[in-house]
Amino acid sequence: MAISVTEAAKAGVPVLLQGNEAVAEGAIAAGVRFYAGYPITPSTEIAEVLSRRLPEVGGTFIQMEDEIASIAAVCGASLAGAKALTATSGPGFSLMQEMIGFASMAQIPCVIVDVMRGGPSTGLPTDPAQGDVMQARWGTHGEHSVIALVPSSVEECYTLTVEAFNLSEQYRTPVIILSDALIGHMREAVTLPHPDKLRVAERGMPDCDPDEYDTVSSTIDNILPRPPLGSPFKVHVTGLVYNRRSGAPDTADPATAADLGRYLREKIYHHRDAIVRVEEVEMDGAEVAIFAYGSVARSAMAVVKKARAQGARVGMVRPITLWPFPTAAVARMAEQVRTVIVPEMNIKQMSWEVEAAVKGRAKVVDYGRVDGELITPEEILELVKPEFYYHRWEDT
Amino acid sequence: MSALVDEQRLEAAPEDCAPPRIKPHTTAEIRRHLRTPKTLWCPGCSNGTITRALIDAVLGLAIDPEKLVVVAGIGCSGRISAYLEYSTVHTAHGRALAVATGAKAADPGLEIVVVMGDGDCAAIGGNHFIHAARRNVDLTAIVFNNSIYGMTGGQTSPTTHLGDKSTTSVYGNVEPAFDLCELAHAAGATYVARGTAWSYQQLVNVIAGGIVHKGFSMVEAMAVCPVYYGRFNLTPDPAEFLRLQKEHAVPAAKFEDETRSHERYPIGVLHHAERAEFTTGLAGLKERAREAGHA
Ligand SMILES: Cc1ncc(C[n+]2csc(CCOP(=O)(O)OP(=O)(O)O)c2C)c(N)n1
Ligand code: SF4
Ligand SMILES: [Mg+2]
Repeated sequence: MAISVTEAAKAGVPVLLQGNEAVAEGAIAAGVRFYAGYPITPSTEIAEVLSRRLPEVGGTFIQMEDEIASIAAVCGASLAGAKALTATSGPGFSLMQEMIGFASMAQIPCVIVDVMRGGPSTGLPTDPAQGDVMQARWGTHGEHSVIALVPSSVEECYTLTVEAFNLSEQYRTPVIILSDALIGHMREAVTLPHPDKLRVAERGMPDCDPDEYDTVSSTIDNILPRPPLGSPFKVHVTGLVYNRRSGAPDTADPATAADLGRYLREKIYHHRDAIVRVEEVEMDGAEVAIFAYGSVARSAMAVVKKARAQGARVGMVRPITLWPFPTAAVARMAEQVRTVIVPEMNIKQMSWEVEAAVKGRAKVVDYGRVDGELITPEEILELVKPEFYYHRWEDT
Repeated sequence: MSALVDEQRLEAAPEDCAPPRIKPHTTAEIRRHLRTPKTLWCPGCSNGTITRALIDAVLGLAIDPEKLVVVAGIGCSGRISAYLEYSTVHTAHGRALAVATGAKAADPGLEIVVVMGDGDCAAIGGNHFIHAARRNVDLTAIVFNNSIYGMTGGQTSPTTHLGDKSTTSVYGNVEPAFDLCELAHAAGATYVARGTAWSYQQLVNVIAGGIVHKGFSMVEAMAVCPVYYGRFNLTPDPAEFLRLQKEHAVPAAKFEDETRSHERYPIGVLHHAERAEFTTGLAGLKERAREAGHA
């Protein structure tokens, strides 16, 4: 029998893993002990693997009646003290939006994986897309903040799942992982980090007396963990606007609403430097940059290599954190390059955001595909070439 | 008749399984289980009565308030969550049972009571309702059935009766109403009971019976909403409304008619059986998976 993923990680030997399997194994490594979901292509393997793996480690897997129930059960499990995960794709992600807002409002740590496929509606069930990046940011109603991570490889499916849980625990917020049909179904040989080297954040308990609990409140720099349901703290959890100290709903006082609203935003945005991760490739002296994320970044990477091999100074800025948006990294890039190329499997969703951060300091070229086909290195190279009109391109 | 196909062993509840008889508690004792004496419920509303019945049952069963969790939906009824001095969750409209299922599965040691309105339970949350019953999750669901959407100002609910008036059925409702107890039973609930705001002591007892029962318990609490349902239909006078409840409700043992209607319905424990419970099943599954994993 092949060795298990955990054993391979301990031994430092590579394993052949699919992106979705890597999410599931990353979840186990992150200490996830609860999963609720509803089958949908191309995310189903995450549920299948966890239905086998979770009970082995004493965790719980439930196939719920729909995606609304799935995210609701995840909220319930997290409130009861478990690290909880759900995974879905476009149609299910749409159904989850109201409860993602509940998790955001009630500050419930949890992770939602959206393995993006072509949409809207049933769309292209088996084809990759990146059409949900704005939904991840603004899908639920009302002012709120989110954290969203985008893996570009099987290894990142594993490591970013662990990271997503760390962020969700630390900031007491739902975290969204935006994978796609390509990343989810692709297989790569990966050497996973040793379990001892993995930073795994634990929930903890507030270090105050239950009687004092109503009088202490989190600050932006000290976000207190919430005690689990059924503890002497007797917490009240609500989706209504509430007083941040007592937890009691208060929909009459504008100051209470303002305090909560600002806090929910600032507890994440104030820490964006610590949260946001960006990979910069060959940005040294780059004149043109490709801003690419998820599976498209793999094609962009190939273009950077080809161009550099020919002496054309092309670099790549790859957001690993898509939300909060890496505004500072994009601003830096805009100061340096003359052109930013934004290839994505949607039409202009992130390129608008890039343009807003570039603020006219560089030319932004957007390129979108919504046909379920990958954006190839050749296509991106054709966008790069005109930006080097003085350069003689060899046949590639 | 249950709508479950599977041959999970169903055993009649033992004879001595009749709901416990709870002695009433003083208002001072009840108050200690409340965070606040103030509610936003209208004068004459029976939500306070049903809330008191729940607390009476909890006190009578000597349940540790620190272990008790109340998960509620959205509606006038759902506001109970902010008033009770337990761990409480005020979820989203219709989602209370799904949230409770996750919490119970993650920590089977929790004692969870789920409070829903009739619309919350049977309209927007109908899917979760039948599936929680089918799974036989060890939860006690109390449905505050006032036959109308109270919170949003008196619209038609799936329990609004044929011909009733509401703000969205001004010519009379053309849809028939669900019998929530029959629905729960058909979907697999193993303890199904009905009480009324009028029959207070009986309501306390059937709630206590639901909490004691291991499996999915559904208690339909027939509620009095004088402000909307009453004003549009029966009577806007709360006392008169309660008197009518007394007329309409028939103890289950004496209820022999074939036909039920909103003017004649049985109260008491309507179904009670034992069947494999969900979290117990999950625990067994973990055991098997661990053995297989180490083999
Ligand atoms: C998704 C969603 N849709 C609609 C509403 C508005 N809404 C709030 S309570 C309610 C119905 C309440 O009726 P019921 O469940 O019977 O509870 P009651 O107020 O009668 O106790 C509705 C439609 C909402 N909060 N959320
Ligand atoms: S509207 Fe009806 S159910 Fe709601 S508080 Fe008023 S009387 Fe009670
Ligand atoms: Mg109602």
